Amino acid sequence: MENRVKIDIKNLNLYYKDFQALRDINLSIQANKITALIGPSGCGKSTFLRTLNRMNDLVEGVRVEGRVLLDGQDIYARDVDVVHLRKRVGMVFQRPNPFPMSIYDNVAYGPRVHGIKNRRLLDEIVERSLRQAALWDEVRDRLFKSALGLSGGQQQRLCIARLLAVEPEVLLMDEPSSALDPISTLKIEELIQELKKDYTIVIVTHNMQQAARVSDIAAYFLNGEVVEWGATEEIFTRPRDRRTEDYITGRFG
Amino acid sequence: MSPRSSFERALAELQQDILRMASLVEQAIYDSVQSLIRLDVAGAAQVIMSDEMIDELYLEIEDKCVKLIATQQPLARDLRVAITGIKILLSLERMADHAVDIARATMCLSGQPLTVKCLDYIPRMARLAQQMVKDGLDAYVNGDVQKAREMCALDDEVDYIFARVFRELVNSMREDPRTVMQSAYLLYVSRYLERIADHATNIGEAVIYLVTGERWELN
Repeated sequence: MENRVKIDIKNLNLYYKDFQALRDINLSIQANKITALIGPSGCGKSTFLRTLNRMNDLVEGVRVEGRVLLDGQDIYARDVDVVHLRKRVGMVFQRPNPFPMSIYDNVAYGPRVHGIKNRRLLDEIVERSLRQAALWDEVRDRLFKSALGLSGGQQQRLCIARLLAVEPEVLLMDEPSSALDPISTLKIEELIQELKKDYTIVIVTHNMQQAARVSDIAAYFLNGEVVEWGATEEIFTRPRDRRTEDYITGRFG
Repeated sequence: MSPRSSFERALAELQQDILRMASLVEQAIYDSVQSLIRLDVAGAAQVIMSDEMIDELYLEIEDKCVKLIATQQPLARDLRVAITGIKILLSLERMADHAVDIARATMCLSGQPLTVKCLDYIPRMARLAQQMVKDGLDAYVNGDVQKAREMCALDDEVDYIFARVFRELVNSMREDPRTVMQSAYLLYVSRYLERIADHATNIGEAVIYLVTGERWELN
């Protein structure tokens, strides 16, 4: 598979008022690959993730410099439709956040917002999305029951289905399984591996073993900078930078 | 205190274990060649019996490596340390087996005086092989890539001597059929010493991998 760049980040700097949270980030997110962002707490991983679909716009006092090119187009350009951007680049959060409505309505929500009213089409979209999220078999007989009755792992997969229903291109996941038990975690990881065939995925994780298991590319963030990034097997067997080595071997103190 | 001090203690212990095994193996190689030169059948028998302890130690240390990997999930250099440990252990165990092979050859020669001409070469090969083992372990302890590479020259010398021994023994067999039995066993012995030297170069390659993460063929 060719290495096509889906998102190219060039000289990205981000300030929360006076505080510089991201420094001169240069990184390429490759299409149909899983890129893991690793690093200690508070070093900018989640902030960076949110720049990829302009979720940071919602934070007061944020200033972004540099460029984030999605398929070659800068998403921070003046005339960009941010709502459309967030449809193309969707996000899953650490704590599952199903809407307080039925499973069906959760998944149908996005398509309905985008104007789809046809019942049969919605049924198709809901089933397709739930299948893609490996949840269909578990919920097919209770689609109209509340989503809040699902287990944590199921709720997270529902959030992924919800995301998939609007046919995004990129999935951003901020520690998607840190609130889940080990088996649910492995199911989510397996799901992510399946999804990369059709989507580009960027995942923030504190779990080193997860990053090693799941990702193709890993980027190490420290104090708002990318110290090193590259093929996961290289980063985890022979990192070039001492700081990366110290972090992944747990000598970071 | 390092956040992984118990892990670091385990890694240090692994290194000590490997050095302990290396010391036994070096002794076995030395004893097996001495027994051959002195036609000491009892000495040779002792080498064979002592190998059981080396085999047990090999299993014990390898098991520790596997448990280390399972329980500590080592990454980067730590992972290479664990993997290199297993590689070096295997090379040492093979060398010990060859020392036993040499001892068995001594027993087959059953105390008869050695009449063939290449007798100087065998101890020379043995000294070189032992030097290589020592250098390999030094390189391992000190993370000395240069030392590991320098072993290459010594292996070439061993190979050269082996080729000489081969020719001399073949000539000997041609000239005097009464020497066939001895010559055949000494061919085996010199081959075992040549293999011991090869295993030592594997230790050198493992050390280079440990330090640099690169794979390097030394011979």
